[in-house]
Amino acid sequence: MRRVLLALCFLAGAGLSPAAAVGLPSEMLRDPAQEQRARDIGHELRCMVCQNQSIEESEADLARDLRRIVRERVAAGESNQQVIAYVHERYGDFVLLRPPFTMATAALWGAPFIALGGGLAAILLLMRRRRIAPEAPPPLTAEEQARLAALEDESAR
Amino acid sequence: MSEIATKPRLGRRRALLFAPLGLAVAGGAGFYAMLRGMGTGSYDPRGVPSALIGKSAPPFALPPLEATGLPAFAQADLANLPGPVLVNFWASWCVPCIIEHPQLMALSREGVQVLGINYKDKPADAATFLTRHGNPFARLGRDEPGRVAIDWGVYGVPETYLLDRGGIIRWRWAGPVTPEVLQHDIRPLLKRYA
Repeated sequence: MRRVLLALCFLAGAGLSPAAAVGLPSEMLRDPAQEQRARDIGHELRCMVCQNQSIEESEADLARDLRRIVRERVAAGESNQQVIAYVHERYGDFVLLRPPFTMATAALWGAPFIALGGGLAAILLLMRRRRIAPEAPPPLTAEEQARLAALEDESAR
Repeated sequence: MSEIATKPRLGRRRALLFAPLGLAVAGGAGFYAMLRGMGTGSYDPRGVPSALIGKSAPPFALPPLEATGLPAFAQADLANLPGPVLVNFWASWCVPCIIEHPQLMALSREGVQVLGINYKDKPADAATFLTRHGNPFARLGRDEPGRVAIDWGVYGVPETYLLDRGGIIRWRWAGPVTPEVLQHDIRPLLKRYA
């Protein structure tokens, strides 16, 4: 029983911790619709300090500053794209958790399709080979049969 | 007859057997290069290129740190420069800033303009830091809210930017300016943009 309770506590903690970073009421916008938009934007932006968290999840100082900037801009009536562009201009592609398609990221975006194409080509090749393989080899000619018999004779001796 | 037909196919197949080996060798070579780069400092997996390279500094105007008597610092001060300048973001609470300080002092003694932006610091602490370690800065601005730093794309102190005489940002270093960085990066850049 105690173990189950402990597990539940951990689960609750795991569920709550990302929200805890932005849990401060002083940080949130009054209007719930605007706050929701600010969160959606924040989840698109990487925290440059922790690098594997969005600014909504991070406890870093810089992430808090950026959350505040996002909320100020949302409250000022900017669109989601405008707010993201503001941060993108300053921190570059790396700040976007969904990198844009450019020459530098072409390999990144193309890799799944290249892998898929390679796999399909491999399957097709194998299937074609299977279809060819069952064909029985042509029967031996009389000459070949004679040579085979001679060889067998030799090895039997 | 059939022997002649199968021979080249077998050869090609055998070559295909070496493909995984070739891939593994290529991967290993790449991985080795990465590790070597991490060792020598030429490759930093956490390093992020600045979005401001090739652009002029963003608009800003910062208040001075009164106790030092140094002039304040604004975007207008970064145009028509006599030579390339360094803009250094630092704070008294930042430990790597102590490591890089002697290098900044050396540059300033050589006549290179080092401009300081004091990031999220208390004025008294910043002034104490400069009296204790020396002042390398020709100008010094205070960015207590850290907003100007965000406009520059700063994600941690210390960070150092090199601007050419036209005020265009040419180089950014996130982390302390070690003697190696000074030797391998800053000195050649200062020469190139002189």
